[in-house]
Amino acid sequence: MTKVVIDKVRKVYPNGTEALSPSNMSIDDGEFIVLVGPSGCGKSTLLRMIAGLEDITEGTIAIGDRVVNDLDPAERDIAMVFQNYALYPHMSVYKNMAYGLKNRGQPKDKIDAAVQKAAKLLHIEAFLDRRPSQLSGGQRQRVAMGRAIVRDPSLFLFDEPLSNLDAKLRNQMRIEIRKLQRELGVTSIYVTHDQIEAMTMADRIAVLNTGKIEQVGTPSQIYHSPASIFVAGFMGAPPMNILDGHYNGNGALEIKDLGKVAVDHQPNVSGDIRVGIRPESVEIHQQAAEHTIAIKVDFLEELGAGRLLHTTVGSTPFIAHLDNDHPIDGDTVFAHLPARALHLFDAATGRRV
Amino acid sequence: MSSSDMQAPASTAITATPATIARKKSFAWRQIADHAILIAGSLFMLLPVLVAFLTSSHDDVTVHTHGLQMTLGDHLADNYYEAMLVPGGFTKTVDGMRMLMNSFILGIGFSVGKIIISMLAAYAIVYFQFRFATFAFWAIFTTLLLPLEVRILPSYEIVQSMGLVNTYTGLIVPLIASATGTFFFRQFFKSVPNELIEAARIDGAGAVKFFIDILVPLSKTMIAAIFIIMFVFGWNQYLWPTIMTTDESFFTLVRGIKQILNVFIGSQIPEYGQAMALAIVAMVPPVLVVVIFQSWFVKGLVESDK
Repeated sequence: MTKVVIDKVRKVYPNGTEALSPSNMSIDDGEFIVLVGPSGCGKSTLLRMIAGLEDITEGTIAIGDRVVNDLDPAERDIAMVFQNYALYPHMSVYKNMAYGLKNRGQPKDKIDAAVQKAAKLLHIEAFLDRRPSQLSGGQRQRVAMGRAIVRDPSLFLFDEPLSNLDAKLRNQMRIEIRKLQRELGVTSIYVTHDQIEAMTMADRIAVLNTGKIEQVGTPSQIYHSPASIFVAGFMGAPPMNILDGHYNGNGALEIKDLGKVAVDHQPNVSGDIRVGIRPESVEIHQQAAEHTIAIKVDFLEELGAGRLLHTTVGSTPFIAHLDNDHPIDGDTVFAHLPARALHLFDAATGRRV
Repeated sequence: MSSSDMQAPASTAITATPATIARKKSFAWRQIADHAILIAGSLFMLLPVLVAFLTSSHDDVTVHTHGLQMTLGDHLADNYYEAMLVPGGFTKTVDGMRMLMNSFILGIGFSVGKIIISMLAAYAIVYFQFRFATFAFWAIFTTLLLPLEVRILPSYEIVQSMGLVNTYTGLIVPLIASATGTFFFRQFFKSVPNELIEAARIDGAGAVKFFIDILVPLSKTMIAAIFIIMFVFGWNQYLWPTIMTTDESFFTLVRGIKQILNVFIGSQIPEYGQAMALAIVAMVPPVLVVVIFQSWFVKGLVESDK
């Protein structure tokens, strides 16, 4: 049973910059958690603190039943997969995988069994005698995974492991890593800046921004009820449309440059408010109807599976996703913003209201 | 269909021909010029060696009366036998083999010692955060500006007071610290990606293990390069061995050659043949080291990825 508990963990670098404000998170046994955010948001710092590669300024990190603050990386019973694989270039694949076990003083036959088993699992048996330089990117990635698996750790850490692969391979490895993790049932923490990776792989996602955890939740929670404007804008492609609005406190929401729309709940703030709507939630009609707003079509982006309609509201870009069943002709269409699809955020704090 | 098939290659051949001819012509001229320069350069480098070798095959009288020789004489075997196996010098106790051995001890001790010391120093400077690390590095680095000759008297004084004159220790150890080596290894270690160290830490490799299991094998090409330079440098040391060794049994080859030419006892002619023979022998090991390690070096460069 490996739970990871991050308790008020804070990181301040010697030069005084705060990479991570005090953060809390609890990761369940066998859970696959993805830390996602733009570069410099503190996700890698948090991962490296869990790994023991960075000191923890304040707070405690517990892996299993042990507080690991003062333990060496090797004593934390973890394995890590690095962005650039970090394979030892002078060692064969076999030796790369065996090195950690050898350093732990395991007997040779046990090491061999573990390496062979991991190699089989990852389909790299044929490469065991090769050097990393003789392998392709995808194969190196597998070896790096193998080196982690061999140790049978209680926690896997992934530091943007797929960012060096081409798009096709990345999709494939994404699925493979997820499958493998399910099979092994090892608690995993995965860092990425790619929101698609986060959505597709995670049991739960933690979205970080400027050293703070903005929201922790399942991919569906994160997508359908983002806790802040940042999360709303970061997750999803194309991103959520965010418009300025005004709420006068008795049911009428006025969107700047667009008009009045209905809301399905009463936000407990009044005054300036920001309104978000996902492109695919915007309903587009050919003819004016009740509750529709006329918008001008700037251009259409063909996706094959649908089209993206680009326009601007005031000076804010606005995107609507259209399915193929609704042909568009003419420059003006009529948009309906359904009340249930609107996300309302406090204009001052950026938090959901 | 068939006619167009026939025509296509013919027309391309016609258009291609004049171009290739023109290129070939200028090529031939350039090749001749290139080769002429290369041959001239090689002769410039090799002729002195050839003259030394040919002269080493004549007896001393011929050399003394007629100067350097351009033909192969009949004393080749005699001269090399005398130079290498017959004890000579004032004390008649040291032969060429002994000097060859001394040279090897100095050359290898010097280069291996330098590599070990400078790798360890660079390891400390790059990977361990200690106070004044940068200062320590610059202190080492500035000694690059001071050649051995500057500190030769104090160095001799220290070695002499420790009773190390006429020992291999005294011959090698004072020369071993290397700012150049430390600098090169520092630059190399800095280029080793951090992820590798972190991976090793997670794999449970401590400071010593990381150094031996990962850093040293990674530095193979660097070690080979520095070994080449330092071995030749150590082999050719002249001033320090001259000062440090008064006992002829500690003479190195480079030193011994001079000693032979210096021997004027009565009306005896200097042993030119032997001197030339020794010079040729003294040249062989550095050449071999360069040839052998160069191929390593190139191989390492081609294969290396950190």
